[in-house]
Amino acid sequence: MLIDLPFLAVVVLLALGVYAVVFRHNLIKIVMGVHILGSGVNLFLISLGYREGGVAPIFTHAPKLEMVLPTPQALTLTSIVINLAVVALMLSLIMLIYKRYKSLDSRDRRLMG
Amino acid sequence: MILVEHAAILLIAFPLLGAFITPIVGRVNSLFRDTWVITVLAFTELLAVLLGYDVLQNGISVYTLGARLPALTSPSGIPVRIILEVDAMNAFISVIVSSIALVVVWYCLGFMNQSRVLDKLYTLILLLLTGMLGLTLTGDLFNLFVFLEVVSISSAALIAFYVHRGESLEAAFKYMVLSSIGALMVLFAVALIYGQYNLLSMAAVADKIQNTFLDEVAMVLLISAFLLKAGSVPAHMWKPDAYGEAPAPVAVLLLTSALVCLYVLFRIIFTVFNPATPLLGWVLAILGVSSIFLGVSMALIQNNLSRLIAYSAIAEIGFILLGTGSGLIEAPYLSMVGFNAISGGVFHILNDVLDLGLLFLAAGAVFYLTGERDLNRMGGLGHTQPLLAVFFLVGIFAVSGLPPFNGFASKMMIYESVYVFNPLLAIIGILGSILMLAVFVKVFFSIFLGVSPAKGHGKLPKSMLAGMGVLVLLIILIGLFPALVVDYLISPAVNALINSQNYIGGVL
Repeated sequence: MLIDLPFLAVVVLLALGVYAVVFRHNLIKIVMGVHILGSGVNLFLISLGYREGGVAPIFTHAPKLEMVLPTPQALTLTSIVINLAVVALMLSLIMLIYKRYKSLDSRDRRLMG
Repeated sequence: MILVEHAAILLIAFPLLGAFITPIVGRVNSLFRDTWVITVLAFTELLAVLLGYDVLQNGISVYTLGARLPALTSPSGIPVRIILEVDAMNAFISVIVSSIALVVVWYCLGFMNQSRVLDKLYTLILLLLTGMLGLTLTGDLFNLFVFLEVVSISSAALIAFYVHRGESLEAAFKYMVLSSIGALMVLFAVALIYGQYNLLSMAAVADKIQNTFLDEVAMVLLISAFLLKAGSVPAHMWKPDAYGEAPAPVAVLLLTSALVCLYVLFRIIFTVFNPATPLLGWVLAILGVSSIFLGVSMALIQNNLSRLIAYSAIAEIGFILLGTGSGLIEAPYLSMVGFNAISGGVFHILNDVLDLGLLFLAAGAVFYLTGERDLNRMGGLGHTQPLLAVFFLVGIFAVSGLPPFNGFASKMMIYESVYVFNPLLAIIGILGSILMLAVFVKVFFSIFLGVSPAKGHGKLPKSMLAGMGVLVLLIILIGLFPALVVDYLISPAVNALINSQNYIGGVL
C-alpha cells in the first residue's frame, strides 16, 4: 500500500505540470510546469528502484541485505542536472523577452506559426 | 590502427573538447580561432569516414566505455556498461552530420564576418554537433536522453542568436518548451522499460522485449517524442518559427538534427521494438502524407523566405516518413518492394539535407546581400548575382524532384514502391512534389528576376560560395550516379536497419 504512494504522487505531479504548460499564459508559470513535469519523472525513476527495507547501494562494509537499485539513482542525478540547465536557459530567454516586450503573457506574441 | 579502434568515442569526445577550447583560442585572434574550428571539424569528418569505412569492411563495431566487454563484472552476463554501437546505418548518418557541419562552418566564415560573438557561435555549433553525433552513435537508452537534451539546449541557444530580435527569443522559447517536454517523455519511457527489464542497453532490451502493455506505452511515448523533435505534422508548429528566425547556417544544422531524430525513431521502431506492426507503418505513412500536404500548402502562402523553406522542410520529412512507413505495412520489409520503400526513405534523408541545406544557405546569401526577409520587397538579384541564381535553381529542382538531380532518385524510389501498397498515398506525394515546384518557381521569380530595388548589392564572400558550391556538386553527382550511392551506402545501411538480430548479436 505504502509502495503505491510515490506513484500516486508522480501522477499528481505530471498532471500539475501538464496543466501549467497547457493552460497557463504566464511564461514563468510555463517554465514552472516544465520543471514540475521533470520532478514527476525523476520521482518515478527513483521510486522504481526502491526496494522495501533495502539499504543504500554501497558495497563496502554493507550488511548482507537487499539493496535499493543504484542505476535509477544515477539516472535521476543526471536528469536533475539536465533539468536545471534547461530551466536556467528558459528563464534567461524569458528575461530577454521581458526586456524586449515588457510583458510575460504568452498571448501577446508576434509569432503564430 | 588505434585511431579506428577508438573512432566511435573520439567522434563524440573531440568536438566536445573542441567546443570548450574554442573560447580560449578565440582570445588569441580570430584567424587562429577559425583555423582551430575548421581543424576540429575536418578531423571529426575524417574520423567519421574512417569509422564508416571500417564498419562497411568489418561489420558492426561495438565500443564499450570503461571495460573491454559490455558484460564484464556483471554476474548474470547482461551488458551493464555504456556502449556505443555502430553499424552501417549510424555510420552513414554520422558521416552526413559531420560533413554538413563542416560545410556550414565554412559558410559561416563569410556569412558571420560582421559578428563579434563568433567564439560563442562556434562553441554552440560544436556542442550541437557533439549532441547529434552522440544521438547517432549511442547504444544506450539513457544516453539517448542525455544527448537529446544536449541537442535541445544548444539549438535553443543558437535559435536565439539574434538576441535583439524579439521573434528569435520567442522561437527559441517555444522550441525549448516543446523539446524539453519531448525529452521528458523519452525519460519516462526509458523508466518504463528499465522498470520491467532492468536494462538500458538498446540491444539487450531488444533481445528481452515482451511487447507488454507497458512496452507499448513506452513505444508510443518514444515515437511521439522523436516525431515532435523531427517536426512531423501534429507537432510541426515550432519548425517554421525556429528555422525562420535562426541564422541560415544554424537552420541547416537544425534540419540535420531533425533528421538525426528521424534516424533514432527508425532505430527504435526497427531494432528495439521489433517486430513492428503494420498499424505502426500506417500511422507513419498517414503522418507523412499529412506532413507533405500541410507543409506544401502552408508554403504557398508564406512571404518570408526562411519560413517558406521551413514549411517545405516539413513536407520533405513527410516524404521520408511516407517511404519508411509504407515499407513497414503488410508482411513488412522482407519483400523487395518494402525494402525499396525503406531505402527510398533512408536515401531521402541524405538528399533532404543536401537540397534544403543548399536552399537555406542560398536564402542566407540573399539575406546577406539585401538584408531583406520579405519576398515582396526583393527582386532582380539575378542580374548582379548570376552564380547565386544558378545555385538556387539547382536547389529548387533538386528539392522538387526533377530528373537530373538527387531528389528525383530517392523520390522515384518512394513513389514506385508506395504505389504498390496504396496508389492514393503515392499520388498525394507526387502532387505535393509538383506543388512544391510551383511554390519555388514563384519564389525564384520574385527574388532573382524582375526589377531590382535601387539598392547597391555587395559581393558574396568566397567561403559562402564555396560552401554552397560543395552542396551543388554533391547534388549533381548523386543525381547522376544514384545507383552507385544506393549500392554502396544505402543498401548496407537499410540492411543493418532491418536486420535487428545483427545489432543485438553485436553486444550479446
